[in-house]
This record gives sequence, structure tokens and C-alpha cells, in this order.
Amino acid sequence: MSTAEDLRYQEKIHELKYVGKDAIRTDGVDKVTGRAKFGADLIMAGMLHGAVLRSPHAHAKINGIDTSKAEALMGVKAVITKDDFADQESEMIQVGELSVNIRDVIRNILAREKALYDGHAVAAVAATSASIARKALKLIEVDYEILPHVIDVLDAMAPDAPVIHDYIYTDGVEPKPEKPSNIAKRLEIKLGDAEAGFAAADVIIEREYDTRPVHQGYIEPHACVASYTEDGQGELWASTPGHFLVRAITARLCGMDVSKVKVTASEIGGGFGGKNIIYLEPLAMALSRKCGRPVKMAMHRNEVFRATGPTSGAHMRIKIGAKRDGNITAGEAELMFQAGAFPGSPVFPAAMCAFACYDLENVMVIGWDVVANRPKTTAYRAPGAQISAFAVESAIDEMARELGIDPIDFRLMNAAKEGTKAAYGPTFGPVGLVESLKAIKDHPNYNIPLGPNQGRGVASGFWFNIGGETSVTMNLNDDGTLALTLGNPDLSGTRTSISVMAAEELGIDPERIRPTIGDTSALGFNFISAGSRTTFASGKATVQATRIIIDELRARAAAKWDLPIDAVVWEDGHARPASSNAGDFEPLSLEDIARDAKKTGGPIAGHVETNVSGAGPSFATEAVDIEVDPETGHVKVLRFTAAQDAGKAIQPSFVEGQYQGAAVQGIGWALNEEYIYDDKGRLDNAGFLDYRMPVASDLPMIDAVIIEVPNPNHPYGVRGIGETSIVPVMAAMANALEDATGLRINELPMSPPRVLKALNEKNGG
Amino acid sequence: MARYHVSATVNGDDVEFLCEPEQTLLDVLRDELQLTGTKEGCASGDCGACSVMLDGRLVCSCLVMGAEVGDRSIETIEGMAEGEQLHPLQQKFLDHAALQCGYCTPGILVAAKDLLERNPDPTEIEARFYLAGNLCRCTGYDKIIRAVMDTAAEMRGA
Amino acid sequence: MRYEAPDTMEAAVNLLANEDGIARILAGGTDLLVQLRAEMVEPDLVVDVKRIEAMCTVAKESGGFRVGAAVTGAELGEHAEFKATWPGVLEAFELIGSTQVQGRATMGGNLCNASPAADSVPAMIAASAIATIQGPDGQRELSVEDVAIGPGQTSLGKGELVTSFFFPDAAPRTGDAYLRFIPRTEMDIAVVGAGICLTLDDAGICTAARVVLGAVAARALLVSEVADALIGTSVDDAALAKLSETASAAAKPIDDKRGTKEFRTQVMGVIARRTAEVALARASSD
Repeated sequence: MSTAEDLRYQEKIHELKYVGKDAIRTDGVDKVTGRAKFGADLIMAGMLHGAVLRSPHAHAKINGIDTSKAEALMGVKAVITKDDFADQESEMIQVGELSVNIRDVIRNILAREKALYDGHAVAAVAATSASIARKALKLIEVDYEILPHVIDVLDAMAPDAPVIHDYIYTDGVEPKPEKPSNIAKRLEIKLGDAEAGFAAADVIIEREYDTRPVHQGYIEPHACVASYTEDGQGELWASTPGHFLVRAITARLCGMDVSKVKVTASEIGGGFGGKNIIYLEPLAMALSRKCGRPVKMAMHRNEVFRATGPTSGAHMRIKIGAKRDGNITAGEAELMFQAGAFPGSPVFPAAMCAFACYDLENVMVIGWDVVANRPKTTAYRAPGAQISAFAVESAIDEMARELGIDPIDFRLMNAAKEGTKAAYGPTFGPVGLVESLKAIKDHPNYNIPLGPNQGRGVASGFWFNIGGETSVTMNLNDDGTLALTLGNPDLSGTRTSISVMAAEELGIDPERIRPTIGDTSALGFNFISAGSRTTFASGKATVQATRIIIDELRARAAAKWDLPIDAVVWEDGHARPASSNAGDFEPLSLEDIARDAKKTGGPIAGHVETNVSGAGPSFATEAVDIEVDPETGHVKVLRFTAAQDAGKAIQPSFVEGQYQGAAVQGIGWALNEEYIYDDKGRLDNAGFLDYRMPVASDLPMIDAVIIEVPNPNHPYGVRGIGETSIVPVMAAMANALEDATGLRINELPMSPPRVLKALNEKNGG
Repeated sequence: MARYHVSATVNGDDVEFLCEPEQTLLDVLRDELQLTGTKEGCASGDCGACSVMLDGRLVCSCLVMGAEVGDRSIETIEGMAEGEQLHPLQQKFLDHAALQCGYCTPGILVAAKDLLERNPDPTEIEARFYLAGNLCRCTGYDKIIRAVMDTAAEMRGA
Repeated sequence: MRYEAPDTMEAAVNLLANEDGIARILAGGTDLLVQLRAEMVEPDLVVDVKRIEAMCTVAKESGGFRVGAAVTGAELGEHAEFKATWPGVLEAFELIGSTQVQGRATMGGNLCNASPAADSVPAMIAASAIATIQGPDGQRELSVEDVAIGPGQTSLGKGELVTSFFFPDAAPRTGDAYLRFIPRTEMDIAVVGAGICLTLDDAGICTAARVVLGAVAARALLVSEVADALIGTSVDDAALAKLSETASAAAKPIDDKRGTKEFRTQVMGVIARRTAEVALARASSD
């Protein structure tokens, strides 16, 4: 196997020069000067402003749409409705770690038979100014027939619930139901014999939990610019984690060949999974096609909340059985997840990850995917796993208390390790859960004495991470520097980390490699930047591409020296004879070989198109200290420590930043974030004022501990890390609340009214 | 539709623009003056991504009408670096990896610069409260605050 | 929509009085622009009052402070003497929004937007502030508690605007304070708020008190029965407990996305007590 094919982790025999040391991001100066261009920052000559008309009703038949008055308004250049898109047959497509039905996607971007949630897109316009576009929307007349709506998961599962899709007959139950319902699917993950496991238990804990939908909360609203020209070619500038997927879906929905659509990924202002699916791009393309001018569309914040995927709200039942000595004998979970207007909640990954932190013989997880009149859920950072972990890790904490065992020791006794067979199928290779538990236990934060009304909570979490289709190209420039073209939009510094790995391979200063995110015409297919795959998969492919270049560099040197290629090595940025026996030749640098490239065989490049496998799962353990104001139920976070296995941190500060950001998202989810609906099924808090995300003054510093148990399937041991750190947070907060007050709250968010009410009930008041 | 003709100063340069009464200063900066460094996150004053200085005051440009800035002086992120020389805050943000997606960064830099000009020796709590109007979803604020405190120390010592 | 920026009060009054359509005043814009964006109001005329000098100045007059209705929180915060005299009024004002919002928000706007949860209002009422109003019929004065009459509604007539606030000098050993409850630490609308101003005699007995509850009714509530819990007492634990109880009883909150009735009622008592403690400390050291 050539080194380019052998991408396994090898203990480095020399000290790493660049990997593991922080470097300044290559896109950093653009980002701190405001020069970096995001989705709404592109300006094209003749560009029009697009706007979307959205349903004010949670559930309504659309009996007709009259756009004539809007079309007649001066300045309006195009108006579209569902009639501008051909319908799509049912077919599942992969989007990140979840899959969606293209028949649902075409309906989600623009309603067809029915409006299915407050905010559902119904029509769109393009006009010469934003204010004319807004006026045009008001002139579109929609004939709605309001239907009864249903919002919460248990309500949607009830036998008398209004049925949202009359073609949904629950998949996964025998016999098949006779009537349609909102229950799209039942799934099961099973290991061993849970019933026997419970029978063998000394103690059983069984609890129910409720969570509400929360939004990913990225600060940049969705935005794009589309330009369709008379030759049938379309160009898109889009804020997206996956421009190849944008190309595929836009082409499909607009009835265009993929080759006719070119997508350039702008810089992206956060996604966390929420931009994995598209909303505006096909609309902008259709508008541009209709009037022959570029169209910019950018969502307003309230559209982002009303009409883009939050994650599920859920109802869950957890049952855990253990022996007095601490051995967990069985784990059972029933997860009811609300998917929004179309099937496809993250209940399956929630089920996969529910008990993944524990080495169990007996597991039974049942999952239910349920539709409701809310926006279609999309991925949110370890989709589903954070929700099931809230429940499982809360129950685990209660079990530890019941058994009188320290919560970390209880987890250590049952921790998943190398060789553990997970309930969802795979057997783990080397993993870092035990290390993360010990890191928390030994951390100074964990041993700080607590004061009155203060409490400490711990929880663990898991995400499997993914690989996927990756295409990269590296080109040697005429002066010996390199151009690296990647196909994964960079949300957080990944292009820098990836080029650092290439620099390490070549033995040159990373400054000499310029990474760029190529547009869709520059590369083969790349799956989206999601699933914590970017540094792992694009990195692995880049290392492979770099090694291909290195082999070519050696070949050129070998030819020049008239040596066999095996007699030439690449070391410290130079081609050298493998030994003095081969001859006494001056080492050749990249500049040397590049200068002669034209004469020695032409330009030198390495490109790789592959489906990357071997993603290493990442485990984390986190601890939080809180203080509760017993008179108001207000919770203050005093200290937060996150220990997570990164495999290898290419850029430690970037990795810390991921742990910290995820922790704070989890804190918001735990304390204040939730979707609030009125009795008409309309979203009541569609803005940052009342959708309460943490602000800087809410938080302390977040202490991040990087564990490194190398992933044997990556040349530098890299594991994806972007997702796991959100998984344990909410349970850690709930566990801290119990420690502080003796109260167990099984509902999120643990906002002051809920906490105060629970305190009152506990105090008998 | 009648548009207003407005003359103002932006980053030290005289500018003139036409704007509709509905356009905010944020709309004008981005759509009329092509200064897209200032971002829209919410257009309701809740996220700070649109932060600029108006006559020496830190404001949300989404809460200022384009028509009202006649003869006023505006400073945006584009004016923060001096030629090739980054402002110490900009450099420290890079050094500390105090940004991930970078979308909130211009607003936070403008706000942090104002903080340090008014209070060269802020405590961590003071810095956090001063920047509470700048939402960041990626970083959890930790490295941002570290970068601001480090810059304050450097600027005091320099 | 038309935008006008008069530089005299008379011009502003004329514009407002003569507008047949919907007119709105632009001071800081921190409420108006949000409402425009949300299409809650579509004014025909916006009158920017920030070029009217008298509305933008803070002055010490005989008998008290006069604060222009368009003075921003940031500007008032830089006025050391006002801050020392009315720390409660200033802290209430400074709790509105973020630093950015403070760069624009005004007391006139905060009062006349008439949100039941407006932060500066309970403190202004507790301080016995008086609003000066200009209109087509001339100038008049109104206690601040009589300006807002319900959510989004003031008692002002067509063509009238609040131009300044007068804060009469208080007796010695007077202290004022404002506290509120919010779920985060910043950026939220008050779930409950309390503005309290109290005066002590030389023996430490409370001789006068004004207690104002915010966010628990259609407008800020000046509740004399709650103030009675303090008057004649040394504001000791027993008096504070009574204050707390009567404040909860006087609250008339609703359920909404920011809090439940029960929560607001209970926490009103807690916040009232904590506010009184701060006012007491300030009065004692005055």
C-alpha cells in the first residue's frame, strides 16, 4: 500500500512541527476587518430584492393564490408560486446525518396543497427595492381555509389529533394501521434482553422527560443571490455548509441539469446543522429565471425562527436497572420526537446515542417520529443525541444517587471502552470516555467547595461522527507555494487546520499553502460540512492528495538524478537521496522542482475523490457548577468544564472554541430557550428578544480540556469534535440543580418560573 | 417614491447618498454605500451585529434611520484598521481565536473598541456587561473576553 | 412616510398637530424602528426631535434637575451630579437594553412608548418626576404617573409631546432604587420591576415613601398601600416582609411569554423587598 493510500494513524517518529500548534486562520484578517463576504454581502449589477410571503396560519388548505395585483405593482419583476415548480415524487435523499424526502422539500420551500405551519412559504417576489418587495407581498391574495392544528408531540400522537398528511400510515408497526395519523414511523434499537436485564436489577429508575423545540440560533440569517441567464445557466452565491448539496437540490427542484448550476459558497455565519437543508435558493433561482435578473434573498430574523428547522421537542420515558454494586443491567428508552411539518425528526440518532456511553448487554430503545404543525426540524449539533442524553444522563444521575455512588465513579464502572458493542451496532475501537471522566474528576474545578444554594452536576455524551464523499485538489504553483482547493465551507477554521496537515506532510511553513473553498465547478462532489466531518474527512483526503504530490515530487527529483524513485525521500520540505550510497545531490526544494516542472513533465498536482470512512466517535464528560436564587428560581452558571476526546487537536484553540460554544448553546437550551406558541399555533417569540440565548454577561469562562485518544483511521488521529460537546450539557445542568436544591426537574427549559414553581411545591408552599 | 439626499461622514470620508425613509442606517451602509462589513442579524436591536459608532456613541445601526444621519459622523468596522495596520483588538482576536464563523465579529470589535476607549482597565464582568448586546452563538464568549482583556492590558502597557 | 427634523419645539408641535395621518415621534428610535420593521405601525409622518436643543440637555435648575426628553441613557449616565442625586432613576434608565440601545434610548421615548414593563418609569414615578408637555394649546405639566394610561397608550392629545422631565430636589436622607427580574442577566424586558424612593428622619424612621410596581399591570402602579408598609417604620425585617406581601397582593399581572401570573406575583414581592433594601442603604448614607 502506498503512503498515499495508507491513511492510518502512525505514531509520529519526529515531533510534529505544525499540527497541534495554533496558527492564525488564513481567513482571519478578512473576518476581523469586515471584508469577508457572507450570503447577503454580494452585490451584482441589476440585482433585485426577493421576499417571501408566509402563511400566518398553523394549518390551512390553500384554495387559491391571486398574484395579479402584485405583478402589476411598479418595480415588481417576478412573482412565483408552487405553479413555477414541478412536483416531486417521493424519494429519500441524504442531508448531513439525516435524510429527507424530496417530495417534502419541494413542499417545504413553497407550500402546495396546504400551509403546514405559521411561516410556511406560500409565494415569493422579486422587485427593484426591498420596500417594493414588501409592498408586493401585501398585494398577494391567498384563499386559506383554516384547519385545526396540533403543536406538541403527545397531542399530535393522540388518536383524535388533526391529521396533517393523509398519506402517512405509521411505518414500522405491525399490522399496518388502517387510518392515517401523525405518527410517521416507529423504530427500534435492540441489544440482548432488556426484560431479563430488569428482572436481574436490584434498583430500577423509571422517569419521563419533556423538552421543547429550540433553534440553532446562528446569527447570520439564510441568504443567497441567484442569477439565471438566457443560456439556461444558473449561478448561486449561497451561505451554506454544503454548496454541492445546494447545487443538487436546486437543480432538481428547478428542473435543471446539475452541470448548468454553479454554486459558490459564501462565508457562512453559523449553521450548527440548521443550514443543511435549503429554503431560499430554488426560490431565488426561479425568480431570476422568470425575469432574467439576479435576485438576492435574505431572511429576516423572524422568518428564520418561524420557517427554518428548529430541532425537535420531545417526550421521553427512560428506565434503567442496576445492581447495588453499581453494574447497570438494562437500559430502556421510549423517545417521542416531533418532526415538524414533515417526517424526519432526529429520533434515530437520538436512539443510537441514547445509551452509547455505557457498556451494556441489554438495551431497548423505541423511537417515534411524529409530525406537527411547526417548521420541519433540521439537524442541530449532534441531532437528537442531546435530547435523549438529557433524559438518560438525568436518570443515570438519579440512579447513582439512589445507589449512593459518586456520579463519575458510577459512570466509570459502566463506561463504554474499546471493545464495547454499542446497541446500534458497531464495536468501538479506542475511545476516550474513561479519559474524559477522569479528566473531570481530577480537574481543580471539580474539587472547589460549594456554598449555599450551589450545586454541581456531571454528565457524559457521545456522537458517532461521519466521513462521506470528499473531493480535494492541491496544485503546486510556479514559485513552489501551493494552492489547496477544498469543497467544504469553513465554519470555524477548518480550512486552516486542513492546510496545516498538508504543511506537516510536506515539511513546509503552512504560510506557503493557501486554502480556498472552491465552487462546485472546481471539484468533484463534496458532502456537506456537517457531522463533524470536515477536519476529519477533508483533512484525510488532503493528506492523501499531498502524498500524491510528494510522490510526484520524488519522481521528478529521481528523474533529474537518474535514480529509482525508491532511492528518493521527501524530508523537511526537500527531496533528498535516501542514503549517501545513492549519490551526493543537493536537496531539491518545492521551489526548485516547481521552477523546472514545465520541462520535467508539466504542472504538479494531487487530487482525491473518495468516500471517506473511518470516522472516530467522540466522547465527552462535562461538569457545571450553578447557584440558584431560591426566591426567584434564577440559575447562575458559576463554572463549566468540558473534557472531550478530539483524537488529535490540529489547532488546539479551535478545538477549545468548539467545546466552549457548544457548552453555551447547551446552557441556553437548559435554562431559557424554547419555542412558545399561542393558541392559534403561531410562534410568539420569533426574535432574539424573547427567544433567549445566552449573552456574554450570563456566563463564566468555559474551561476546555482536550483529551487525545487518536483515531486509528486518520493519519493524524483526528476525530470530529464539533458536536459531542453539546450532548451532556442539559443533563449536567439538571443534575447540578438537584445537587443545589434537591429538586429534580425533568423538563426543559429550566426557566425561572419552572424552577420557582418546583421549589414552591417542594417547600409545600 | 421620494428619497432623501443625505450628506454624512463615514470612516472619515465625506459621503452622500439617497435613501427611502424606510431604510435604516444599516440598510444604507450595506445597500447604498456597499459597506457590507456591518451585518444584519435581527434588525431589532437585539443582537449587535450591526453595531457602529454614531457621533462617538455605540449604537445599533438597525435602530437609526438613514434619513437622520445628515451631517453626522459614522464609524464602521471598515474604518478600524489603519491601512495595513490592524487595530490591536483585531490582532488579538486572531491570536486568541476569538472568532469562529466571524459574523458577529465586526459588531463585537466596534463595541469592544468603544469599551476600551471609555474604560481602559475593565474587569471581566464589566467587559461582559458592556458586550452583552453583542450575541455570539459560536464561541460561548470565552475567547472573545480573553482577547478584549488581553488587548486592554497591552494597550495600557504600550 | 415622511421624515422631518424640526429644530424648534413649535415646529415639532405644528407638524404633529397638522398631520392628518399617523404621526410618530423619533427620539432614540429603539422602540419605533422595531415597530416599523415588524409592520406594527405605518406612520405617514416621523418627527425627529433630536435637533431641538432643549430636549437634549440636562440642567440643574433651582429646585431640581431638568432632563430633556430626548437625552439618551449614555448621556445621562455621564452626568455625575444627576447620578449622585438620583441613582435609582439612572440605574433604571441604564437597564434598558444593551450598551448600543443606551446610546440612543431616551426617557421620553421609554415613557411614551407606554410599555407596561418600561424600566425607567417606576423609578421616575417614585422620584415624583413631572413631565413638561408642549402642545398646540401651549405648555402644561403632568406627573409622570399620569402620562401612560395603558399598553401603548398615553394621555397626550394630538400634537402634544413630552419635552422634558423635572426631578424636584428631595428631602435630605432620601434614597431611591430600581430593581427588576429578568431571566438572563441583560437584554430582557422586565418580568417585574420596582421603583422605590424613601426618606428617613434623623432617627432612621421612614417618613415618606413612594413604591411603584412595573410590569405587573397595564401600566406602572403607584401603590400607596404598599408604601404604607414602610412609612412610620425603621424599614426593618418586619416592615420589609409586610412590603413584600402587599406588593405581591397589589400586582395584577398577566400570563405571557415572559412570565406567568403566579411567578410575577410571587417575585414582585421579592423584588420590592430587595429594592427597598437598596433605597434604605442609600437614604441612610445620604
